[in-house]
Amino acid sequence: MPPSLRLTITAVARDPRTQALQAAGDQLGITVPDELGIADVIHLRASLDAESRARLTDLLVDPLLQNGTWDAPSDHGIEVTPLPGVTDAEAAAVLVAARTLGIDVDAAVTGRRITFSADTTQEVARRFVERVVANPVVETWTFGTADPPLSPPADLRHPAERITVTTLSDKELAALSAERGLALDPEELAVIRDHFTAEGREPTDVELETLAQTWSEHCAHKTFRAVIDTEAGEREPLLRQLRDCTEEIDAPFVRSAFVGNAGVVEYVTGTTIALKAETHNHPSAIEPFGGANTGVGGVIRDVLGIAHRPIAVTDILCFGPRDLALDAIPEGALHPLRISEGVVDGVADYGNKIGLPTVAGAVLYDPAYTTNPLVFAGCIGTAEGWTSHDGPHPGDRVIVLGGRTGRDGIRGATFSSATMDATTGEVAGASVQIGDPITEKLLIDALVGAEELFTAITDCGAGGLSSAVGEMAEGVGADVDLDRVPLKYAGLEPWEIWLSEAQERMVIAVAPERVEAMRSRCDRFGVEFSDIGEFTGTGRLVVRCAGETVVDLDTEFLHDGRPQRRLPADLPRPVRTEAARQVDDPAAVLLDLLAHPNLRSRADIIHRYDHEIRGTTVVRPITGVERDAPADGVVLAEPRDQHGIAIGIGVNPWHGLADPERMGWSVVDEAIRNVVAVGADPDRISLLDNFSFGDPRRRSTMGDLVASVDGCVAASRAFAAPFVSGKDSLNNEYTASDGSRHAVPPTLVITAVAHVPDVARTITPRLRAAGDTLVLLGMTRAEFAGSHLDMVRPHAGDLGCVPAPDAAAPQRYRSLHEAILAGEVVACHDLSEGGLALAAAEMCIAGRLGARLDNVGHDDVTVGLFSESMGRLLVEVAPQHVDSFLERFGDDATVIGAVTDDGLLRLAGESIPVEQLVTAHTGDPR
Amino acid sequence: MKRPTALVITGPGTNRDPDVAFALETAGADPTIRLASELAADPTPLDDAALVVVAGGFSYGDALGAGRLLALDLSVALGDPLRAAVDRGVPMIGICNGFQVLTRAGLLPGSLGHNSSGGFICDWVRLDPVAGSRSVWTSGSDAEIHCPIAHGEGRYVHPDPSGLHANGQVALRYSSPNPNGSVDDIAGVCDETGLVLGLMPHPENHVLTRQHPVLDGEAARPHLGLAIFEAGVRHAVTA
Repeated sequence: MPPSLRLTITAVARDPRTQALQAAGDQLGITVPDELGIADVIHLRASLDAESRARLTDLLVDPLLQNGTWDAPSDHGIEVTPLPGVTDAEAAAVLVAARTLGIDVDAAVTGRRITFSADTTQEVARRFVERVVANPVVETWTFGTADPPLSPPADLRHPAERITVTTLSDKELAALSAERGLALDPEELAVIRDHFTAEGREPTDVELETLAQTWSEHCAHKTFRAVIDTEAGEREPLLRQLRDCTEEIDAPFVRSAFVGNAGVVEYVTGTTIALKAETHNHPSAIEPFGGANTGVGGVIRDVLGIAHRPIAVTDILCFGPRDLALDAIPEGALHPLRISEGVVDGVADYGNKIGLPTVAGAVLYDPAYTTNPLVFAGCIGTAEGWTSHDGPHPGDRVIVLGGRTGRDGIRGATFSSATMDATTGEVAGASVQIGDPITEKLLIDALVGAEELFTAITDCGAGGLSSAVGEMAEGVGADVDLDRVPLKYAGLEPWEIWLSEAQERMVIAVAPERVEAMRSRCDRFGVEFSDIGEFTGTGRLVVRCAGETVVDLDTEFLHDGRPQRRLPADLPRPVRTEAARQVDDPAAVLLDLLAHPNLRSRADIIHRYDHEIRGTTVVRPITGVERDAPADGVVLAEPRDQHGIAIGIGVNPWHGLADPERMGWSVVDEAIRNVVAVGADPDRISLLDNFSFGDPRRRSTMGDLVASVDGCVAASRAFAAPFVSGKDSLNNEYTASDGSRHAVPPTLVITAVAHVPDVARTITPRLRAAGDTLVLLGMTRAEFAGSHLDMVRPHAGDLGCVPAPDAAAPQRYRSLHEAILAGEVVACHDLSEGGLALAAAEMCIAGRLGARLDNVGHDDVTVGLFSESMGRLLVEVAPQHVDSFLERFGDDATVIGAVTDDGLLRLAGESIPVEQLVTAHTGDPR
Repeated sequence: MKRPTALVITGPGTNRDPDVAFALETAGADPTIRLASELAADPTPLDDAALVVVAGGFSYGDALGAGRLLALDLSVALGDPLRAAVDRGVPMIGICNGFQVLTRAGLLPGSLGHNSSGGFICDWVRLDPVAGSRSVWTSGSDAEIHCPIAHGEGRYVHPDPSGLHANGQVALRYSSPNPNGSVDDIAGVCDETGLVLGLMPHPENHVLTRQHPVLDGEAARPHLGLAIFEAGVRHAVTA
């Protein structure tokens, strides 16, 4: 065997990456001296002569920037290398480069070396690496120099195992489920036992794992499909309620709702839009970068999986407070700062590299997200002349495209369907992975434009091939051979190959006569193509491995055999009476709101996302003359199109804690208000729902879920904006070592995707001209429960109610849209968290202009300034249009003030310099 | 007038090729997009091109340093036809990742390191065309160009920036605050012939006035990034 070698590469000047590490350490209270260094290390197994070394050095070391040495360093350092099996794209690149140079290299691993000043204690260095640099879930580290294994694991393939279930008692079945991490209910286990008893045999481990994945909460949405028992009687399953609502609205633009990988709508004849949003919560909790990274990759594949070209990415992130003390973090959990930085980097890495603008989003902080962060990733795509694929047909080949299969992401669907505790990171380490956006980019290149060559397509997500092939084979059947699945390394057991959630893979069905055309197209783009079997027409799912049949399941049992759940629910009884607040220092309150972690400028995060690529971003997520103020929605338009697509987000878990039903309505209203405010047509809006709640087997949590669905369904009807797709992520709970359970607040994210008829008529919150009139649309009431005023000025006593639905809102939004099209609206901003005061301040920041609020739309100044009543917007109107604008709204509009050029926001008798607003909004995040 | 053929060269992970193709088309060229691996098999499009572009993105995912692997591909398989194109007088431009590729391939001076902030930045910048530059891509206009940047490794380094300037090879400077720590605020440099330009910002994302984030309508027109592509096309047509 050739020897192992190492090339250590350091920057000639101070490596800028060390500053980011040092800053992250400082924020966690682990301060290391300035001499901190970082080096890249390439470990090779190869016999290299001096010339080969020189040529590799020449490629890998840039003399203007770097020094390289083949000698092992002896300074004070810690080396980090990926655990075996974790994606190492740099190492793969080394092998490609060596091949191009004609140099033989057997194996490569890449890592990092962190060096410390001589006086840094081992303890400080260890804590720094452990807390700031490395993640034990995917990496290992060592003092001195690392010596990673540079040989592939031996091929120790085990045959499939038979698991005895037919003779087990209920209790023994439950023990089996726990031991193998199947996360199946007792009723489901009994059905499986009965099924195999009837078949007269025991299942293999592969069959059992296949059933567990297919019947997991993640894949089967058993809670949303469950019959619900409430005090007032039985309720329809939640998914049925959402679907019924969409069918009732019967919008002409809906092409496909609640089937397949994503919803499809058609606002402009011939052009369809696919939309989808997903959660990747549990993986992001234990490996933030990889979790968020692969969350983005997964949702992009959902859009690709319905044969649309992805065009934009969205992200909504919920974290614990960034300033939490390190010792307040439960054992086994990561600090929110580490999680938030890792997640943002993970989203940025995937979106930036795959070449999609990351545009719309939100970032929320609450202590309840500390051990259970939420990561929602969305994607929209477009297609011309789309028709739904009608395959697979019997005889079609089963083709796997893209990345190779490894032992990564095993059992992700069942993992994400369970609650977490201190051991989760250790046990579920294999569930997460690092994505490879370039491989997925090549998949997009190969698949978009090749729609004629395949008859069916789906992505490999949760459950891996078992889920992708299993779903495609529903009714038709398939016969596949796992020996034909390309592997990252040898030694995988059959069930691991079948269940692996290795990223960047798609499955397509291809008629035999088109196989060669598809293969050569994939070759051209450098996409690996593997024909693993056939869709048979027998209705059975057959999987072979090493000449042995390891799965032989009736697809009807696989997909329809699961017993329906029944879940009891205790519906919440929220307060529905108003209660006012009293603040004596509205200017100070406003500045506190502007600086609040939930409301401060997001410019620092958005600048890490490429939101300009494709040249289609017409209204950006940050807006204004200095681009540091929030936009309501974003607008995308292809360079040659006059029309565009608006995306808006609604989310408010604090409303959810107080009144889940009203929260359901308010987040739909907010998402719709956001897109209408930028110029979208209120009659062409589609919605996505994403529920992240706690354990639904607790009656009160199930009740919160039922109430929130009631609220969002009612709003969807009122606005005639149909839901077209959604995803629920339940069991977002963490059990601490003392047994206490920590659930997330009821978090419903609504994404609105709407038609913008004329991108020349898009509107932002940026104030434009002194002398223009400010008009408040909608009615203000004393509605403060869950408000941000209560967060900056905690209220003792009666909290009152969450904002009530406003039946007049749909008509108001239509009138506003007509006014926008008529050119009467100069600027517009929706009122949400922080109420009128915050909206006015953000408009001043966007325009760097002052404003004078002569009245605040309510007799009680505190209510007028800070209530979060629904359905309201603040509009700037030029003097010549004021009369015609007001006429459209009647009593629904109130003239409250004017834009000024004195650089002051004047309200409630106080004057605040706009520059002071800017400082509060954009200052240091801490 | 016949539209000059513009060849857009890509690698695995190049992602702004459609954006630059749109800019070239708007500027009056006839763009085609080809993978470097396809050109290695058949370099004819390179021999026939009147303009050559190495587009932006993340070729090979920036593995082992931005641009290095695609530069290796180009040097090994296309080094001769690329140099022949320059000898023929063909204007060539490398944008962002393309700039990184061309410096690594030895067609442009200097190198690009990690941004001084240590991370990726997407923001709008203003660029001043440098008076007295040899670049054919910036000639004929001294108006400030506004366009976005989107990169993590855009810090331009050169051992002798004043010599580079004296030789007319500094083509563009950041007139807004230097976003990445580049020496002498350098945003774009050209080779000694003036035909090859490399720049980190993305003029291809400011081709239409509506793409500007702040200026309204016609106010953005004098600052379009399109001007760079129009100059390249003008040179290709008249040279």
